[in-house]
Amino acid sequence: MSLFDVFNVSGSAMNAETIRLNTTASNLANAESVNGDATKVYRARHPVFQAVMNTQMGLDDDQGASAGVRVMGVMESTTPPLKTYQPGNPLADKDGYVYGSNVNSIEEMANMISANRSFATDVQAVTTARDLLLKVISMGH
Amino acid sequence: MFESIFGIHEQALLLQGQRMGVLAANLANADTPGFKARDIDFSAVLSQQQDATVMPLETTQAGHISLSTAESPSADLKYRNPYQASLDGNTVEMPVEQSAFSESNVRAQASLMFINSTISDMQLAINGQ
Repeated sequence: MSLFDVFNVSGSAMNAETIRLNTTASNLANAESVNGDATKVYRARHPVFQAVMNTQMGLDDDQGASAGVRVMGVMESTTPPLKTYQPGNPLADKDGYVYGSNVNSIEEMANMISANRSFATDVQAVTTARDLLLKVISMGH
Repeated sequence: MFESIFGIHEQALLLQGQRMGVLAANLANADTPGFKARDIDFSAVLSQQQDATVMPLETTQAGHISLSTAESPSADLKYRNPYQASLDGNTVEMPVEQSAFSESNVRAQASLMFINSTISDMQLAINGQ
Protein backbone atom coordinates (compact mmCIF):
# COMPACT_ATOMS: atom_id res chain seq x y z
CA MET A 1 0.00 0.00 0.00
CA SER A 2 1.39 3.32 -0.99
CA LEU A 3 -0.01 6.65 -2.03
CA PHE A 4 0.06 5.52 -5.66
CA ASP A 5 -2.37 2.71 -4.86
CA VAL A 6 -5.01 5.32 -4.09
CA PHE A 7 -5.40 5.82 -7.85
CA ASN A 8 -6.02 2.12 -8.51
CA VAL A 9 -8.30 1.65 -5.53
CA SER A 10 -10.41 4.75 -6.06
CA GLY A 11 -10.45 4.16 -9.81
CA SER A 12 -11.98 0.71 -9.36
CA ALA A 13 -14.51 2.17 -6.93
CA MET A 14 -15.51 4.87 -9.41
CA ASN A 15 -15.97 2.20 -12.05
CA ALA A 16 -18.21 0.19 -9.73
CA GLU A 17 -20.26 3.24 -8.80
CA THR A 18 -20.67 4.05 -12.49
CA ILE A 19 -22.13 0.59 -13.09
CA ARG A 20 -24.45 1.18 -10.14
CA LEU A 21 -25.57 4.49 -11.66
CA ASN A 22 -26.10 2.75 -15.00
CA THR A 23 -28.38 0.12 -13.49
CA THR A 24 -30.27 2.83 -11.63
CA ALA A 25 -30.77 4.74 -14.89
CA SER A 26 -31.94 1.54 -16.58
CA ASN A 27 -34.37 0.83 -13.73
CA LEU A 28 -35.81 4.34 -13.74
CA ALA A 29 -36.17 4.29 -17.52
CA ASN A 30 -38.10 1.03 -17.35
CA ALA A 31 -40.14 1.91 -14.27
CA GLU A 32 -43.33 2.25 -16.32
CA SER A 33 -42.79 -0.55 -18.83
CA VAL A 34 -45.45 -3.28 -18.95
CA ASN A 35 -45.80 -6.72 -20.47
CA GLY A 36 -48.61 -9.21 -20.91
CA ASP A 37 -46.38 -12.00 -19.60
CA ALA A 38 -45.34 -11.89 -15.94
CA THR A 39 -42.10 -13.75 -16.68
CA LYS A 40 -40.99 -11.36 -19.42
CA VAL A 41 -41.61 -8.05 -17.71
CA TYR A 42 -38.62 -5.85 -16.78
CA ARG A 43 -37.30 -6.49 -13.29
CA ALA A 44 -35.25 -4.02 -11.24
CA ARG A 45 -31.58 -4.93 -11.33
CA HIS A 46 -28.92 -4.09 -8.78
CA PRO A 47 -25.15 -4.66 -8.85
CA VAL A 48 -23.46 -6.63 -6.05
CA PHE A 49 -20.11 -5.22 -4.98
CA GLN A 50 -17.16 -7.30 -3.88
CA ALA A 51 -13.78 -6.27 -2.43
CA VAL A 52 -10.74 -7.14 -4.58
CA MET A 53 -7.58 -8.09 -2.73
CA ASN A 54 -4.29 -6.52 -3.81
CA THR A 55 -2.84 -9.80 -4.99
CA GLN A 56 -5.62 -10.11 -7.55
CA MET A 57 -4.87 -6.61 -8.80
CA GLY A 58 -1.22 -7.51 -9.26
CA LEU A 59 -0.03 -5.16 -6.54
CA ASP A 60 2.28 -5.85 -3.64
CA ASP A 61 0.30 -7.56 -0.98
CA ASP A 62 1.07 -6.70 2.57
CA GLN A 63 -0.99 -8.89 4.82
CA GLY A 64 -3.90 -8.91 2.42
CA ALA A 65 -4.55 -5.20 2.74
CA SER A 66 -7.71 -5.07 0.76
CA ALA A 67 -7.88 -2.77 -2.20
CA GLY A 68 -10.36 -1.94 -4.86
CA VAL A 69 -13.88 -3.06 -5.49
CA ARG A 70 -15.52 -4.82 -8.39
CA VAL A 71 -19.02 -5.69 -9.45
CA MET A 72 -19.48 -9.38 -8.74
CA GLY A 73 -22.71 -9.57 -10.67
CA VAL A 74 -26.03 -7.91 -11.36
CA MET A 75 -28.99 -9.35 -9.49
CA GLU A 76 -32.61 -9.04 -10.57
CA SER A 77 -35.14 -8.12 -7.93
CA THR A 78 -37.46 -10.96 -6.91
CA THR A 79 -40.35 -8.70 -5.94
CA PRO A 80 -43.47 -9.86 -7.84
CA PRO A 81 -44.46 -7.62 -10.76
CA LEU A 82 -47.40 -5.26 -10.42
CA LYS A 83 -50.58 -6.78 -11.92
CA THR A 84 -53.15 -4.30 -13.24
CA TYR A 85 -56.40 -4.72 -15.16
CA GLN A 86 -56.08 -2.87 -18.49
CA PRO A 87 -58.24 -4.62 -21.10
CA GLY A 88 -57.65 -1.79 -23.60
CA ASN A 89 -53.88 -2.29 -23.56
CA PRO A 90 -52.65 -4.13 -26.70
CA LEU A 91 -50.13 -5.97 -24.50
CA ALA A 92 -52.80 -7.30 -22.14
CA ASP A 93 -53.17 -11.08 -21.72
CA LYS A 94 -56.42 -12.94 -22.48
CA ASP A 95 -57.95 -11.93 -19.13
CA GLY A 96 -57.13 -8.24 -19.72
CA TYR A 97 -54.24 -7.99 -17.26
CA VAL A 98 -50.84 -6.35 -17.82
CA TYR A 99 -47.80 -6.79 -15.62
CA GLY A 100 -45.76 -3.69 -14.69
CA SER A 101 -42.08 -3.75 -13.74
CA ASN A 102 -41.24 -4.12 -10.06
CA VAL A 103 -39.01 -1.01 -10.01
CA ASN A 104 -39.44 1.10 -6.88
CA SER A 105 -38.71 4.63 -8.10
CA ILE A 106 -38.15 6.08 -4.65
CA GLU A 107 -35.66 3.35 -3.79
CA GLU A 108 -33.88 3.99 -7.08
CA MET A 109 -33.64 7.73 -6.44
CA ALA A 110 -32.12 7.09 -2.99
CA ASN A 111 -29.74 4.59 -4.59
CA MET A 112 -28.73 7.16 -7.17
CA ILE A 113 -27.92 9.78 -4.51
CA SER A 114 -25.88 7.22 -2.56
CA ALA A 115 -23.89 6.24 -5.66
CA ASN A 116 -23.31 9.89 -6.48
CA ARG A 117 -22.01 10.62 -2.97
CA SER A 118 -19.69 7.60 -3.03
CA PHE A 119 -18.37 8.63 -6.42
CA ALA A 120 -17.68 12.17 -5.19
CA THR A 121 -15.79 10.78 -2.18
CA ASP A 122 -13.59 8.65 -4.43
CA VAL A 123 -12.83 11.64 -6.66
CA GLN A 124 -11.90 13.63 -3.58
CA ALA A 125 -9.52 10.88 -2.43
CA VAL A 126 -7.83 10.84 -5.84
CA THR A 127 -7.49 14.65 -5.84
CA THR A 128 -5.98 14.65 -2.36
CA ALA A 129 -3.48 11.92 -3.24
CA ARG A 130 -2.56 13.71 -6.45
CA ASP A 131 -1.98 17.05 -4.69
CA LEU A 132 0.17 15.36 -2.08
CA LEU A 133 2.24 13.50 -4.66
CA LEU A 134 2.76 16.71 -6.64
CA LYS A 135 4.04 18.34 -3.49
CA VAL A 136 6.41 15.41 -2.92
CA ILE A 137 7.73 15.81 -6.47
CA SER A 138 8.43 19.51 -5.95
CA MET A 139 10.15 18.85 -2.63
CA GLY A 140 13.10 21.21 -2.07
CA HIS A 141 12.10 23.73 -4.74
CA MET B 1 26.29 13.01 8.38
CA PHE B 2 23.25 13.67 6.25
CA GLU B 3 21.42 10.37 6.62
CA SER B 4 19.22 11.58 9.45
CA ILE B 5 18.76 15.24 8.61
CA PHE B 6 15.03 14.85 8.05
CA GLY B 7 14.60 13.03 11.35
CA ILE B 8 11.23 11.46 11.93
CA HIS B 9 9.57 13.11 8.95
CA GLU B 10 10.98 10.83 6.30
CA GLN B 11 9.38 7.76 7.86
CA ALA B 12 6.28 9.66 8.87
CA LEU B 13 5.65 10.73 5.28
CA LEU B 14 6.09 7.18 4.01
CA LEU B 15 3.77 5.85 6.67
CA GLN B 16 1.09 8.46 6.02
CA GLY B 17 1.19 7.55 2.34
CA GLN B 18 0.55 3.92 3.21
CA ARG B 19 -2.16 4.86 5.64
CA MET B 20 -3.91 6.92 2.97
CA GLY B 21 -3.79 3.88 0.69
CA VAL B 22 -5.56 1.78 3.30
CA LEU B 23 -8.12 4.50 4.00
CA ALA B 24 -8.80 4.93 0.28
CA ALA B 25 -9.54 1.20 0.15
CA ASN B 26 -12.04 1.70 2.97
CA LEU B 27 -13.70 4.57 1.12
CA ALA B 28 -13.78 2.54 -2.08
CA ASN B 29 -15.55 -0.32 -0.31
CA ALA B 30 -18.12 1.84 1.46
CA ASP B 31 -20.91 -0.01 -0.37
CA THR B 32 -19.41 -3.52 -0.37
CA PRO B 33 -21.37 -5.97 1.78
CA GLY B 34 -19.32 -7.63 4.49
CA PHE B 35 -16.27 -5.41 4.04
CA LYS B 36 -14.31 -4.69 7.22
CA ALA B 37 -12.65 -1.29 7.46
CA ARG B 38 -8.96 -1.22 8.37
CA ASP B 39 -6.41 1.28 9.53
CA ILE B 40 -2.77 1.54 10.53
CA ASP B 41 -2.01 2.41 14.16
CA PHE B 42 0.20 5.31 13.17
CA SER B 43 1.89 6.18 16.48
CA ALA B 44 2.54 2.53 17.36
CA VAL B 45 4.18 1.74 14.03
CA LEU B 46 6.20 4.96 14.01
CA SER B 47 7.56 4.48 17.53
CA GLN B 48 8.43 0.89 16.68
CA GLN B 49 10.29 2.08 13.59
CA GLN B 50 12.01 4.80 15.58
CA ASP B 51 13.23 2.32 18.19
CA ALA B 52 14.63 0.19 15.43
CA THR B 53 16.49 3.10 13.81
CA VAL B 54 17.70 4.93 16.89
CA MET B 55 19.27 1.87 18.48
CA PRO B 56 20.62 -0.30 15.68
CA LEU B 57 22.23 -3.49 16.90
CA GLU B 58 25.75 -4.03 15.69
CA THR B 59 26.26 -7.19 13.66
CA THR B 60 29.89 -8.19 14.00
CA GLN B 61 29.61 -11.90 13.35
CA ALA B 62 27.97 -14.00 10.70
CA GLY B 63 25.58 -15.52 13.24
CA HIS B 64 24.18 -12.15 14.32
CA ILE B 65 20.76 -11.20 13.09
CA SER B 66 20.33 -7.59 12.04
CA LEU B 67 17.19 -5.70 12.96
CA SER B 68 15.71 -4.81 9.63
CA THR B 69 13.92 -1.48 9.47
CA ALA B 70 12.74 -2.06 5.95
CA GLU B 71 9.84 -4.11 7.23
CA SER B 72 6.49 -3.08 5.92
CA PRO B 73 4.65 -0.95 8.47
CA SER B 74 1.34 -2.19 7.17
CA ALA B 75 2.08 -5.45 8.96
CA ASP B 76 0.29 -3.63 11.76
CA LEU B 77 -2.92 -3.31 9.86
CA LYS B 78 -5.83 -3.45 12.27
CA TYR B 79 -9.57 -3.72 11.90
CA ARG B 80 -11.57 -0.70 12.89
CA ASN B 81 -14.13 -0.89 15.68
CA PRO B 82 -17.31 0.54 14.16
CA TYR B 83 -19.63 2.77 16.13
CA GLN B 84 -22.48 0.91 14.55
CA ALA B 85 -21.96 -1.80 11.96
CA SER B 86 -24.47 -2.08 9.13
CA LEU B 87 -26.73 -5.07 8.72
CA ASP B 88 -24.80 -6.28 5.68
CA GLY B 89 -21.64 -6.64 7.78
CA ASN B 90 -19.91 -3.57 6.36
CA THR B 91 -17.96 -1.59 8.98
CA VAL B 92 -17.02 1.41 6.84
CA GLU B 93 -18.36 4.62 8.33
CA MET B 94 -17.97 7.39 5.79
CA PRO B 95 -17.48 10.35 8.17
CA VAL B 96 -14.91 8.44 10.23
CA GLU B 97 -12.94 7.39 7.16
CA GLN B 98 -13.14 10.81 5.55
CA SER B 99 -11.86 12.58 8.64
CA ALA B 100 -9.10 10.01 9.08
CA PHE B 101 -8.14 10.54 5.44
CA SER B 102 -7.97 14.30 5.75
CA GLU B 103 -6.09 14.01 9.06
CA SER B 104 -3.56 11.80 7.32
CA ASN B 105 -3.31 14.33 4.51
CA VAL B 106 -2.64 17.22 6.90
CA ARG B 107 0.00 15.22 8.77
CA ALA B 108 1.72 14.30 5.51
CA GLN B 109 1.70 17.95 4.44
CA ALA B 110 3.18 18.95 7.79
CA SER B 111 6.00 16.42 7.35
CA LEU B 112 6.57 17.70 3.83
CA MET B 113 6.79 21.25 5.14
CA PHE B 114 9.40 20.25 7.71
CA ILE B 115 11.41 18.42 5.06
CA ASN B 116 11.20 21.41 2.74
CA SER B 117 12.36 23.81 5.43
CA THR B 118 15.27 21.49 6.27
CA ILE B 119 16.26 21.50 2.60
CA SER B 120 16.16 25.29 2.40
CA ASP B 121 18.16 25.51 5.64
CA MET B 122 20.79 23.26 4.14
CA GLN B 123 20.84 25.28 0.95
CA LEU B 124 21.33 28.41 3.01
CA ALA B 125 24.22 26.79 4.83
CA ILE B 126 25.82 25.69 1.56
CA ASN B 127 25.39 28.96 -0.31
CA GLY B 128 25.93 31.19 2.69
CA GLN B 129 23.39 33.75 1.58
